[in-house]
Amino acid sequence: MRRDRILLAHGGGGSLTRELIETVFLPQLENPLLKSLDDSAVLVMNGKGHAFTTDSYVVKPYFFPGGDIGKLAVCGTINDLAVMGARPLWLSLGFILEEGLLLTDLADIVGSIGATAREAGVQIVTGDTKVVERGKCEGLYINTSGLGEIVAPNWLGAANVKPGDAVIINGPIGEHGVAVMSQREGIAFQTSIVSDCAPLWPLVKAILDTKAEIRAMRDPTRGGVSAALCDIARASNVGIRLHEETLPIDREVHGACDLLGLDPLTIANEGKVLVFCRAADAANVLAAMREHPLGKRARVIGEVSERPPGIVILRTTIGGERIIDMPTGEDLPRIC
Amino acid sequence: MCLAVPARIVGLHNSTATISVEGAMREVDVSLVEEPRLGDYVLVHAGFAIHKWDQSEVEELQAIRTAMDLREAIT
Amino acid sequence: MKVMVQNIGELAHQVGHDVKFMEVCGTHTMVAFRSGLRQLLPDSVHLVSGPGCPVCVTDPGYLDGAIELCGRPNVIIATFGDLVRVPGTDTSLERERAAGANVRIVYSPSDALLLARECPSKQVVFLGVGFETTAPTIAWAIWRAARDGVQNFSVLCAHKTMPRAMDTLLRDKELRIDGFLCPGHVSVITGANIYRFISERYRIPCVVSGFEAWDVLKSIEMLLRQLAEGRAEVENEFTRSVNEYGNAAAQRLMDEVFEPCDTMWRGIGIIPGSGLSIREKYARFDAAKTLGVQFPEAHVNPLCRCGSVLRGAASPLDCRLFGRACSPTHPVGPCMVSSEGVCAAYYKYEGVAA
Repeated sequence: MRRDRILLAHGGGGSLTRELIETVFLPQLENPLLKSLDDSAVLVMNGKGHAFTTDSYVVKPYFFPGGDIGKLAVCGTINDLAVMGARPLWLSLGFILEEGLLLTDLADIVGSIGATAREAGVQIVTGDTKVVERGKCEGLYINTSGLGEIVAPNWLGAANVKPGDAVIINGPIGEHGVAVMSQREGIAFQTSIVSDCAPLWPLVKAILDTKAEIRAMRDPTRGGVSAALCDIARASNVGIRLHEETLPIDREVHGACDLLGLDPLTIANEGKVLVFCRAADAANVLAAMREHPLGKRARVIGEVSERPPGIVILRTTIGGERIIDMPTGEDLPRIC
Repeated sequence: MCLAVPARIVGLHNSTATISVEGAMREVDVSLVEEPRLGDYVLVHAGFAIHKWDQSEVEELQAIRTAMDLREAIT
Repeated sequence: MKVMVQNIGELAHQVGHDVKFMEVCGTHTMVAFRSGLRQLLPDSVHLVSGPGCPVCVTDPGYLDGAIELCGRPNVIIATFGDLVRVPGTDTSLERERAAGANVRIVYSPSDALLLARECPSKQVVFLGVGFETTAPTIAWAIWRAARDGVQNFSVLCAHKTMPRAMDTLLRDKELRIDGFLCPGHVSVITGANIYRFISERYRIPCVVSGFEAWDVLKSIEMLLRQLAEGRAEVENEFTRSVNEYGNAAAQRLMDEVFEPCDTMWRGIGIIPGSGLSIREKYARFDAAKTLGVQFPEAHVNPLCRCGSVLRGAASPLDCRLFGRACSPTHPVGPCMVSSEGVCAAYYKYEGVAA
C-alpha cells in the first residue's frame, strides 16, 4: 500500500495524527519539554511556570452557527493554556490570506478576534500577514500562539491521572463538529445546533479555586472525547471507564449523528473541558462548575482504574461493555 | 449496510420532503413510499424514505427506546 | 430487558447444546459490538457475523477498477463514505484523493446526480455498492437520469442481494448455522417472505430483526424459542418496519433498472444470481460499459483471512495479520477498514488482546 503522502485523516486528531507525530516529528525534534505532548508546553522562566502553545485554524466554512474562525482561533489557543492551569495572557496572530478574499469577511473575522480576546482578557501582542495566490488556500488560515502564567498549585498533565479519580465534563458534547459539518458542501443538512466555542479560563479558574486535587484537564477538540480519553489513558497508563447513560448528548446532536452515521464521542468540541480529579473532591468541583454559565450541566461521566491499563471502556445502557478506541481521523458520513 | 433512521416529515413538496431527526433536518426523496403526509414518520436511508410508519409503529420504537434507558443492573 | 436476558438463559438451557446464530447485516454486527450485548448472552449462544457488510464482500478488482477511473481527467467519482478507505491492490480512493484525484463523498445517490447536473463537462460515476436496502436508491438515480436526459451520469454497479448468499452459506456443511438473524432494513424492501426457503428447505429458524440492542436480544430469544420448541419458521421481530411483501414501489423500480446476474463475493466466490446488473435499456448509465472499465484479477495478501471471516468460518483472532500488520489505521483487508467490518469491530470494541 502506498504510504507516501499526507491524508486528510492525518489532521483529525486521532491515531493517524499520533502516528505522524511519532514517526515524523518527534525523531527530529525531540526534547524533554516536547515529549509530554500535553495541550501546552510548560516552561519555567524566572522561576515562574508558564504555558506556551500554538494552534492553526483551517476550519471551513469560516462562518458557522455559533462562531467563526476568528473566535475559534482565540478560544482554541487560550483553552489549551487554561487546561494546563495557566491564565492566558498574550497571543500572537498569524494570517495566511488567499488572494481575492473579501475585505469585509476579513474585517468581520478580525472584529470577532478582537471581541473574543477582550472578553477573555487576553491581548494580541504580535502578528503577521501573508498572502498567497488565489486557489492556494481556502479563504484564510490562522495561526495563534499563546503564552500564559501557571496558576495551578500542582502540575496538570496527561500523565498525572491516578486510579480512583473521577472524570467530569462541563456540558453536552458534539455541538461544534455538528454545527460546522452542517454548513459543509455536499453534506447539506440543517440543524439548530450551534457551536459551543467559548473561552474556558474563567470556568477553569473556578475549578482551581476550590483547591481540589486536580490531576489533569483536557479540552476534547479534534477527535472528540474519545481521542482525549485515549491520550490520557495511555499517558497515565490507567484504565478509564465511562458510563453511557451519564454522557450528556443533546437530542439534536444524536439526531444529526444518526442521520450521518457519526459517533458523538469522536466529534470536536470547542467549549468543553474534561476534568480529572481526586474522587473525594468531585462533589466540590461539580458544585463550583455548576455556578458558572459554562458548567451548568457539569457531571461525572466515569472513573479511572488501574486496569486495564491504557484502555478506555464504555459501559453501555444495556449493561454491556465495549472499548472506546482512538478514532482514525476523518469523520465521513456513512450509510452503513 | 443498513443505517436507516426514523425521521419526521416537516415539509413536503411533490416527491421531496424535509425530514427531521430530532431537529437535524435534510431533504429526502419520498417517491418510494405511499402517500406521505406532513407529520408522518418515515425510515430514511441514503437520502430516501423507504418505509412509512403508522402511529402504532412509532409508539413501538419509542417504547423500546424507553425500555433500554432504564438503568437496570443486569449483571 | 432483564426478563428477556433471563428468558434467553432459560431457553438456551432448554435447547441444551451450543448454538450458532448468524447475522448477515453489517449494522447488526455493529449493534452487537457497540452495545456489548454479547456479554449478556449465555456461553452456549454464539453470535457469528456473516457476509453482511457490502463493502467487505466487494471484489477487490472492483475497487481497482474504480481507482483506475478516478485517475482519468474528466471523471469525478462519487461514492458513499464507506468505500473511501478500502484498500484495492496497491492503494485506496482516499490515497488517490490525496494525490489529486477527483473523489467526492456523498450521502445519497441523488446528491451524485445533482453533482452531474452541476458539472456538465465531467462524467460523474457513482460507485453502486450495497444490498437491497440501497439498490432502489441507485435505481431511482438511473431512472431519473434517463427521464431527464442527463448525459454525464453513470453507475459502476456492484450491488448484491442476500437470499442466494444465504443459500450458499447453508450448503456449506462446515458452517453449521443453527439460526439466522435476518437483516431488518433489507427486509423493509424485500419483505420477510424471501427467507421462507431457509425454513422450508433447510429447516433452520429465521427471525427478521430490527437494529436496537433490544431488537437483537429479542430476536435471539425468538430463535432459541423456535429451537426449544422444535420449530423452523420465519418470524418477524421487526414488525414496526417489515411486512411479508416489502416495499412494492422500491421493488418495481429495482426491477425496471436492474436484472439479476452472477457476481463475485470476496471470500466466497461467484454466487449465481446474487448480483444486480444494469439492464440493456439503461446501458448508457452503466459505467463499466460506457467507460470501458477493467476489473483486474486482484492480488489479495495470502495471509488475509477476510474471506473465512466473512463466511463466519473464522474469527478475526484466527488471522495472523490481525492487530499486527492489519489495524484500522493500516488495514490490509476490507473487514478491518469497513465501518461495519467484523475485524474492525473486534479491534475497536473488544481490544486486540481479547
